[in-house]
Amino acid sequence: MIISKLKEALICFKAGRVTLPYPFAPHDPEDGFHGRVVVDAEKCVGCGGCAEVCPPRCIEVSDPDPDRRVLDFLLERCTYCARCAEVCPEEAVTVTKEYETATNDLNDMHMHIEVFMSTCRRCGRCYEPPTPLDRLMVTGFRPPTGKSEEA
Amino acid sequence: MAIKDYLTKLFPKSLWVYHVNTGACNGCDIEVINVLTPYYDAERFGIKLVGSPRHADVLLVCGPVSRQVASAVRRVYEATPSPKLVFAIGSCACGGGIWHDSYNILGGAESVLPVDYYVPGCPPRPEAILYGVAVALGILPKKTAPVVARQKFLDVVEANSGEAISPEG
Ligand code: SF4
Ligand code: SF4
Ligand code: SF4
Repeated sequence: MIISKLKEALICFKAGRVTLPYPFAPHDPEDGFHGRVVVDAEKCVGCGGCAEVCPPRCIEVSDPDPDRRVLDFLLERCTYCARCAEVCPEEAVTVTKEYETATNDLNDMHMHIEVFMSTCRRCGRCYEPPTPLDRLMVTGFRPPTGKSEEA
Repeated sequence: MAIKDYLTKLFPKSLWVYHVNTGACNGCDIEVINVLTPYYDAERFGIKLVGSPRHADVLLVCGPVSRQVASAVRRVYEATPSPKLVFAIGSCACGGGIWHDSYNILGGAESVLPVDYYVPGCPPRPEAILYGVAVALGILPKKTAPVVARQKFLDVVEANSGEAISPEG
């Protein structure tokens, strides 16, 4: 009994110190670790693709006025799946390795992005109005190419 | 008595934790157990897992609060002697996570308890949990802050007071 305990102690001594010095020395995650997501507002085009695929629906898209789209990332709900970074056509979303996000205030996990959305003011070809009457209201409206002009 | 005073000074904040699973997928629970292993060794900070909320200073809440467990969680909270801290571990406990709008989920831990510290992650790394403990003990400063970003072009648009971008312009 005592012999086996001594053997155990010997094994433990051989192993040396295994404890990480973590909070006092940094311990960086491996490559491929998914941490907090960061969005480069200058690159974002406001397509909302990230909000569409986010599993916990933590990206809220709102349009407070016609020229502005607001993306609110409620990152306390984020599951760190990186789907948003995968689908983003402009590669505006980056998955960082930031994991030291413990906080006493949930507001710290919120990200507020404001993006300029240009309203069409030229041909309107991309946004065909629903009725021919509406077309008359759009300055300089030209029908999409390949369609016959009725008006 | 002198020894007791000395020890109190040496270990001013020794937290005994009670681990509450309120409906977690077990991911966060495994990470909490990891923190208590010799590799991460939370006992360095006097942290000890106890088997009853009546012995605990800290409740580690993992998972979204489901309807079934809500009353039990409230009872656990009331059974914990004051002063007490509540840690929400994982995205589920912080804001409901991926389950936030499920029919049987009330929301994150804060929907039934006052939460003091949040450790987001799905699951959070054991280091992230240790970091949360270090922040609570005052060993390390908090690093996160709300992010507000705005495209520079919006300022240009606003400076032109909307004239340049109106449909008739
Ligand atoms: S990483 Fe996943 S959960 Fe987090 S914001 Fe992106 S899509 Fe949503
Ligand atoms: S971050 Fe990317 S996916 Fe999300 S709205 Fe902006 S451009 Fe689209
Ligand atoms: S935060 Fe993720 S790992 Fe933790 S309980 Fe929720 S789903 Fe599971």
